[in-house]
Amino acid sequence: MGKVSLLIDTSKCTGCRGCQVACKEWNDLAATDTTNWGSYENPPDLSASTWTRIAFHEVEGDSGVKWLFLKQGCMQCTQAVCVEVCPTQALQHHDMGFISLDQERCNGCGYCAEFCPFQIPRLEANAFTGQGKITKCTLCQDRVTNDMSPACAKTCPANAIYFGDRQEMLATAKQRVDELKAGGHSNASVYGETELGGLGRMYVLLERPAQYGLPENPSPALAGFWQKGIQPFGYAAVGLTLLGLGFNWLAQRRNSALSVKAQEEA
Amino acid sequence: MCAMRVSRRDFLKASGIATGSLLLPTSAALAAGEVPRFPLRKKVGEVTTICTYCAVGCGQVVGTLAGEVVNIEGDPDHPINQGALCSKGAASLQIINNPKRLTKVLYRAPGASDWEEKDWDWALDRIAQNIKATRDANWIEKTAEGKTVNRTEGIAFVGGSQNTNEECYLWVKALRAMGLVYIEHQARI
Amino acid sequence: MTNHWIDIKNADVIMIIGSNAAENHPISMKWVEESRRNGGTLISVDPRFTRTSSLADIYAPLRSGTDIAFIGGLINYILENELYHKEYVAEYTNASFLVNPDFGFDDGLFVGYNPDKRGYDKSAWSYQTDAQGLPLEDKTLQDFNTAFQHLKRHYARYDLETVSSITGTPKDALEKVYSAYAATGQPGKSGTIMYAMGATQHTYGTQNVRSYALLQLLLGNIGVAGGGINALRGLHNVQGSTDMCLLFHILPGYLNTPIEADQTLEAYLARSTPQTSDPNSVNWWKNYPKYMVSLLKAWWGEAATTENEFAYQYLPKNGADYSWISLFEAMYQGDTKGFLVLGQNPAVSGPNANMERKAMENLDWLVVVDLWETETASFWKRPGANPDDIKTEVFLLPAASYVERDGSVTNSGRWVQWRYKAIDPLGDSKEDLWIINQIMQRVQGLYATDGGIFPEPIVNLTWDYGDGVPDAEQVAREISGSALVDLLDADGNVLVPAGTQVKNFTQLRDDGSTAAGNWLYGYYTDAGNLAKRRDSVDKSGIGLYSNWAWDWPVNRRIIYNRASVHPVTGEPWDQEHPVIRWDAAANKWVGDVPDGGTPPNTIHPFIMKPEGHGRIFGFGRTDGPFPEHYEPWESPVANLLSGTQNNPVFKIWASEMDHKGEAGQYPVVATTYRVTEHMQAGAMTRNLPWLVEAMPELFVEMSRELAAQKGIKNGDQVTVESARGAVKAVALVTSRFRPFQVNGQVVHQVGVPWHWGYSGASTGDSANTLTPHVGDANTMIPEYKAFLCDVRKVV
Repeated sequence: MGKVSLLIDTSKCTGCRGCQVACKEWNDLAATDTTNWGSYENPPDLSASTWTRIAFHEVEGDSGVKWLFLKQGCMQCTQAVCVEVCPTQALQHHDMGFISLDQERCNGCGYCAEFCPFQIPRLEANAFTGQGKITKCTLCQDRVTNDMSPACAKTCPANAIYFGDRQEMLATAKQRVDELKAGGHSNASVYGETELGGLGRMYVLLERPAQYGLPENPSPALAGFWQKGIQPFGYAAVGLTLLGLGFNWLAQRRNSALSVKAQEEA
Repeated sequence: MCAMRVSRRDFLKASGIATGSLLLPTSAALAAGEVPRFPLRKKVGEVTTICTYCAVGCGQVVGTLAGEVVNIEGDPDHPINQGALCSKGAASLQIINNPKRLTKVLYRAPGASDWEEKDWDWALDRIAQNIKATRDANWIEKTAEGKTVNRTEGIAFVGGSQNTNEECYLWVKALRAMGLVYIEHQARI
Repeated sequence: MTNHWIDIKNADVIMIIGSNAAENHPISMKWVEESRRNGGTLISVDPRFTRTSSLADIYAPLRSGTDIAFIGGLINYILENELYHKEYVAEYTNASFLVNPDFGFDDGLFVGYNPDKRGYDKSAWSYQTDAQGLPLEDKTLQDFNTAFQHLKRHYARYDLETVSSITGTPKDALEKVYSAYAATGQPGKSGTIMYAMGATQHTYGTQNVRSYALLQLLLGNIGVAGGGINALRGLHNVQGSTDMCLLFHILPGYLNTPIEADQTLEAYLARSTPQTSDPNSVNWWKNYPKYMVSLLKAWWGEAATTENEFAYQYLPKNGADYSWISLFEAMYQGDTKGFLVLGQNPAVSGPNANMERKAMENLDWLVVVDLWETETASFWKRPGANPDDIKTEVFLLPAASYVERDGSVTNSGRWVQWRYKAIDPLGDSKEDLWIINQIMQRVQGLYATDGGIFPEPIVNLTWDYGDGVPDAEQVAREISGSALVDLLDADGNVLVPAGTQVKNFTQLRDDGSTAAGNWLYGYYTDAGNLAKRRDSVDKSGIGLYSNWAWDWPVNRRIIYNRASVHPVTGEPWDQEHPVIRWDAAANKWVGDVPDGGTPPNTIHPFIMKPEGHGRIFGFGRTDGPFPEHYEPWESPVANLLSGTQNNPVFKIWASEMDHKGEAGQYPVVATTYRVTEHMQAGAMTRNLPWLVEAMPELFVEMSRELAAQKGIKNGDQVTVESARGAVKAVALVTSRFRPFQVNGQVVHQVGVPWHWGYSGASTGDSANTLTPHVGDANTMIPEYKAFLCDVRKVV
């Protein structure tokens, strides 16, 4: 089988969040406590128990208000920093083109969460042992390797989530963008064709990526370089002390990364 | 139980899923040359039903294991939803496996500040007695002008949209036979 | 729906008005999307920009409660520009009929109004007829008295300027909608209306829907693929529960409930069975006696004889309007002693909820059958109530969920689909069929042993469903109908042997030889349970899926489909999407089940009306033959079109809890609505963690302008207050709501979802504590969708 991909057509998404719930249903992910913070959007972020969610973006333009919906989740990068930095091979490139996750192997070092250019993987620490495990969308690795669609793609009411051969998905995406441009959506574009070597989760966007909170040029800078430097450290990170050190260091990195992100958005 | 079992072959055929896939959790050895497979987390479903939320009437398949529901997802053969479900439909499993579900007959005595558990026989007998007592005490046989009307305005009924056609039918048959006229339901509001 | 969900894909233009399909019927968007993929246009008309609007090609905001002005303007646009389907209008509607010369309209009132009775003498709302009683016609539509000319005069007042001033819709948006939708009047083009409670929940809700019907008739959009009037409907079997008629005014299959004047079966049938002298009018309701007698036989079997009017006298006779609001007004007055509640939650869903909750305190006993402890079941311990003072005995019976029982449910497209039981009911919960069987067996037992008042209807009721869980298919057979004796054809041959199911309602008889619980539901025949059919191959080419499940009536997927073809040739108006077509060689119709199988040019297509024509002039309603714009009961502005402020016919109640708000104190228009993640009164979703996570709390949506005026920021806690109650909610300040310019005045509107209450996993105030206890003049549906309030920040 060739590489597969999700294709999310934001021009069709209704923001119903069937995908968000179906993901939780199939993958047995718990609900979290939330509050209404002046938005339809909830939970407010991806987490260990939310592997995909819809981000709601209200945008005012010349032709009136727009309400844009973006299904977030693992981008299944070809140049996947997470795989490169993973010391235990818990994260791997699967032959079908997605990043598989074997939680049994995960030692909780958290590098993948740290270095992902999209801030997707989340570390969940066991409340009793402190042992961390990484979580992220696996493209429903059990379903797709058994010839079924991922739960999100199957449940989408609006035909906004396609799943299949990546080349076909790409052709579909390009054709759709052409249609949208012809219909007056001059900012329409395909996202994910070449980013990070090509993503296994592509989008048809109606507006510029930034309007959906997507980085215009996600950086693959860490690829290769970090694997050599970080991985040995990760192999050692089995004791709680070292793990604690790792967390501290990661927390600092995370803060600096967040401030960079805030600057970019500003 | 007269559950309809969709044959696995039909399910696969109609859903456009390539044959050879496995609908039951398995770690069976993979055929040579195929990609590494992960065992399915759960049974997908084999009993068909219709979603219990809005009136689009989407098909669902229900996966059961040892008398419990383990999965509910869209019925890929269903011509309307073609396997899709919205957030409510996709959450259906939590209707079934939910600690908030009522599992006992509850009774609140007049003026009491809490529920108490009762058995069905006791409750049903008492409900029947209440119906009879209220009906008979609030019976209108004739109007002031002498027209025969044979009705009771002392008992009201509402509901039915969460029920099947057969349930609605038996209720309306019973209620009209008892002389009720205050019969309403969700369609009015 | 006259059509069905998949058929939306055949539409050239889709107008979603009075509904929010993407949020409340999300799967419908699959078929909306299919239409758009083929070049279709989506129009969203809504006071606020919704998830539906986000996908629309054209979005038009309108102030809540101004649909008739909006659609009236469109009707005027179509008539002025002659964009209607001329042949269809002349041949298939009553546009050409001459109206009684005494009919008239002035300053918002039709002729015959009596202000003391708040009602009309409708005698002048009629046709001019010839000696045989046939309506006089002018097919050129030019006669002053034609329904068509009346229509033109009526809507000439709805010009673009006036409409925009009433609705607050910008003129350019009106023009875009009008031009796009009117284009479907071209023969072969179709437009569909998707509506829901945004249309119906007004004091003139029926007339809102009538305005859609008028529009669709003018454009030739009824009976065709991609057309129709499509009520999306809220609950999974609200269509079926309506068809089974758990409603005060009807019996299964939309038969009238007897009223006091119907002292005999003969009188009842005379009132109910319409007559026509037009040989080309099918007048389907002429079969009324067959359906009523078959129902009586199904219910009272051997005890229903020709001698006792088939037990007709066992049926209660209505003396008043017993609809929802009346029911709770009576309960509030203490006239109701017992209350049975089946899977419904009036404490959250009823209008003026504080009053309806208070009314329940007067009950001697309450029975609630549900999966959850609802607000209704626990009304006696609601916030602010003292249980000591409430003497109501309450029974809360645990019901089985939908996967724990067998049976059929009917979707909005009238598809009757079978559900299979997957597991046994949880704990001690029981199937609803078991519960009603047990209750009725016990009631029958009490009357059989102890006697009582008028026991005959109860003890003689056919009730033989065994002692366990009744077989849903046995009930399905009873509903569908069977022969009680051998039914013979005209030649004396056995058509239907005794004891077998009838083929469909055409085999039912009025002599007591057949029994059928609901003539409309012939889903169980000798071919078995048709609701179970699962042929997912569509042979029609237009998505009828005729062998999937079963559709009432007689598996007809698109109602009034004889209007989809040319009256003389039987050729479809739309050759690409033929619903039916006359095959002259085979001498029969092909395609969908036709509304009558006779050749073209033999019968009128609107077979349920005695005159066989779609009604441009709709004299059946209580409040006028043409929809006329009125303001909601509570409105911040005067009616711009006439001196008649409100619909002059609906009932106004006057208990001490029936308050009306005035604009001085409550200047903001409010509406209630639903969100994708929750269902109705909430018990089915507020107890589900995944859905609560996605939509955790009550909120109120408002414009940035109103928020600024009130000093409210996004995410603030605010109070929304009406004359009847107040709710706390999170402010959702958004550009998706905009103030309306109404006749030079700025009108603000807010919206509140109505899903929350004080029970369950996610609790919050109920929006229905705000809503008024007034309803539509025809259906009594409450006016949830337009009332007055004020909002303020919680400090």
